[in-house]
Amino acid sequence: MTAPTRAPRDARRGAGHGTGRGPDRAARLRATLDTKAAPYAFITPFFLLFGVFGLFPLLYTVWVSLHDWSLIGGNEGFVGLDNYAVLLGDAKFWNALLNTLGIFAIAVVPQLLAALLLADALNRIVRGRGLLQITLIIPYVTSIAAMAIVFSTLFGTEYGMINQVLGLFGIDPVNWRGGRLSSWTAIAVMVDWRWTGYNTLIYLAAMQAVPKDLYEAAALDGASALRRFWQITIPMMRPTILFTVIISTIGQMQLFTEPAVFDTGGAMAGGNQGQFQTVMMLVFQEAFRYGNYGYGAAVSWVLFLVIVVLGLINVLLTGRIKGAT
Amino acid sequence: MTKRSPTTRPRRALRAAAAALGGGALLLATACGGGGGDGEVTLTIDTFGVMGYEALIERFEEEHGIQVEERNITDVADYTPQLQQNIASGSGAGDVVAIEEANIAQFMLQQDAFVDLAEHGAADLEGDFLDWKWDQGVAPDGRIVGLGTDIGGLGMCYDTELFGEAGLPTDREEVGELWPTWDDYAATGEEFTEADTGAAFMSTVQPLFRVVTAQAGGEPFQNTEGELVIEDTPTTREAYDTVTSMTGLSAALPIWSDEWNAAIQDNAFATMPCPAWMLGHIENTAGEAGEGRWDVAAVPGGGGNWGGSFLAVPTQSEHPEEAAELAKFLTSPEGQLGAWEEANTLPSSPEALESPEVTEFTRPYFNDAPVGAIFGATAMELEPVYYGPDTQAVDDAFRAGLESVEQGQATADEAWETAVAESERAAG
Repeated sequence: MTAPTRAPRDARRGAGHGTGRGPDRAARLRATLDTKAAPYAFITPFFLLFGVFGLFPLLYTVWVSLHDWSLIGGNEGFVGLDNYAVLLGDAKFWNALLNTLGIFAIAVVPQLLAALLLADALNRIVRGRGLLQITLIIPYVTSIAAMAIVFSTLFGTEYGMINQVLGLFGIDPVNWRGGRLSSWTAIAVMVDWRWTGYNTLIYLAAMQAVPKDLYEAAALDGASALRRFWQITIPMMRPTILFTVIISTIGQMQLFTEPAVFDTGGAMAGGNQGQFQTVMMLVFQEAFRYGNYGYGAAVSWVLFLVIVVLGLINVLLTGRIKGAT
Repeated sequence: MTKRSPTTRPRRALRAAAAALGGGALLLATACGGGGGDGEVTLTIDTFGVMGYEALIERFEEEHGIQVEERNITDVADYTPQLQQNIASGSGAGDVVAIEEANIAQFMLQQDAFVDLAEHGAADLEGDFLDWKWDQGVAPDGRIVGLGTDIGGLGMCYDTELFGEAGLPTDREEVGELWPTWDDYAATGEEFTEADTGAAFMSTVQPLFRVVTAQAGGEPFQNTEGELVIEDTPTTREAYDTVTSMTGLSAALPIWSDEWNAAIQDNAFATMPCPAWMLGHIENTAGEAGEGRWDVAAVPGGGGNWGGSFLAVPTQSEHPEEAAELAKFLTSPEGQLGAWEEANTLPSSPEALESPEVTEFTRPYFNDAPVGAIFGATAMELEPVYYGPDTQAVDDAFRAGLESVEQGQATADEAWETAVAESERAAG
C-alpha cells in the first residue's frame, strides 16, 4: 500500500537535490510524518475495534461484577466484592475449575507431544509433505458444530460406534457423558482432533528454521538422532513451544463449544451432575440461563486472572528449558 | 409446517409488487398528491416450533391488506433467550411474539413491555379460552398480556408390536384401562419387563415429572410472588417419588438426544407420554417403518398438559393496533381450528375443542387413532397450574437430577437435594 505513494515522493526529493535547491521543509515534515506517524495510523483501526469490542466489554464486565445485575431488572444495586466472596465459597465454581483444568491436562499435554512428534516425522519426509500438511489442517477448518455432531454420535452409550467397537473386545458400554473421567476423555479427544494438526504445522515451520549445519556438526560429533532432537531441535524451538503452550492454555481455559455440544439439553449444566461443566459454561449458565449477570461477570473475571497466572507459570517453566541447555 | 416453503416467498413478493403497482395506478388515477397516505403496514410475527399459521396469515393479509412476515425458530430453547434479550433491550422483537407456557411468567415480570390487549377489545374474549389458559395469559393486576394459542393435551403413545410380543393388550381402549393411575402404569411396566422383549418400557422417566406435577395442579415450583415452593408443595415431592420409583423400567436415554431418536427408530422402548405436538416428532423420526406401529391411549392419572403457547404484542411494536388484530385473529376459535388443520396443534378454545374438526379427527400414522378426542378430553379435565418465572431452569435442574438417578449416578434423595439447590440458584 505504501510503496507506490512513497516512490514518487522520494523521486521529488531526489530531483530537488539535483537542481541545487535546499530541502523543502514541508516535504521533510511529510516524510517524517510518513515514517513516524503512518505506521500508527495504519494500526489505529485495530485498536479502535479492540477498544470497542475488547477493552470496553472487559472493563464494563468489572463494573457489572460489582453489582447485583439481572437481565430483566438491570442494575439492582452496588454490592462491592460480594459476588467474588460468594464465588470463593461456591462449590460449583471450584467444580467447574477442576473440570476445566482436568480437561486441559488430559487434552493439551498429549496434543502438544503428538504435534511435536508429527512435526518431526513430517520434517523428515520430502515427498508428499504438502498433501500431508493439508490433511493435518482439515480438522481445524471443519465446522465445529458438524464435528461435534459426529463425535456426539460416536460417543453414544447405546448406539455409539466407540462402544460397539469396545463391545467386540468384551468391554461393557461406557456411559461417556455420565462419568467424570469418561466425559473428560471424550471432550479431550474432540479438542485434540481439532488442534493437533494446527500445532503440528506451527512446530514444523519452527523446525524448518533450525540451521542444518547444527545437525551436521552434532552428527559429526557422534550425537544420536534422539540426542539431536532433545538438544538441538527442542531448545531452538523454545519460543515456538512457549507460544503454543500459552495459546493452548488461553484457549483451553475458555473451553466451551465442545463440552456444550457434547452435553444433552441446552442448560449448559455440563452433564447431569456438572461432571464436565467448564468455567465458561458456568458463566453462560449463570448469566444467560439464570439471569445473574453480576455473578457471571465475576466468574469470568476470576477466569481471566486464572489465565494470567497460568500464563506466568508457563513463562517461568518454559524459561527453564533454556536454563537447562 | 411453519417453515415456509421456498415457493411462498416469491409469490408473496409478487403480490406485494402487484399491490404497489395497483397503489401507484390509484394514485395516478386520482391525481392526488396529498402525502401519499401512510403506506402499507407490515407486521412481523415471531414464532417457534410448528404453529401452523401459514394459511391463516395469508387469509389475514387478504382480509386486512396488511403484510405479515413470520420469523420462525425451531427450538424454543434458542427462541426464548433471544426474545428475552429483545424485550429487555426494547427493540428487535416482532409485532406479535409467541411465548411458551413455561416462560410466560418470566415475561409477566416485564408486563409493561407488553400491550394490554384489553385496550384492543380482548377483554370480551375470555369465553374463547379454557379458564386456566386464559388465566395464564393475564398478569396479576389484570393486564391481558398473552392470548392462548394451543395446549399440550396428553396421551400415552405405545408400540403395539412390542405390547403384543409382551402379551399385553394392543387395543387403545384396553391399553388405557390398564393404567388409570401411575401405579398401574408402573405395574404394567413390570409385567412388560418380565416378558423380556429386549425393549425397555420407556425411554426416560424425566418427562413424566413435568406431566405428573401438572396433573396435581397448583403451584408445583414457584408461587405467584416468585418464591420457590418446591419443598413446601407435597405434590411435587410425591410426583418425584412416583417418577423415581420407575427408573428400573427406563432405558435411561436423555430426551431429544441422538441416542433417544435412534432408540425411536430402533423400537427400543414401548411407551412415551405424548402431547399433541409429539406425534409429529414420532412420525418424522420413526419414518415409514414405524407407520401403524405406534398408537395413542389415554394417559395415566387423568388429564394432563405439556406445553402450549401464547401470543403477545410488545409495546415496542410500531403498529400495536394491527398487531393486536393479528393476535386476536390467530387465537380466535376459528384461527385455532386453522392451526389444528395445518399442524395438529391442539386448540385452547373450548368451542374449537368440541368442534367435529377436532373430535372426529383421526391420524392415519397412528392406526387412525382419534387423537383429537383423546387430547381434547384430557385438556378439559385439567387442573390449572401456575408456572413461575424460573420454570425453565427448575425444569432443567430436575431433568439433570432424574437423569442422574436413572443412570445410576445418584440416589433419588441426593438428586432431589441437588435439583432443589440448583433451582434456588436460578430463582435467587
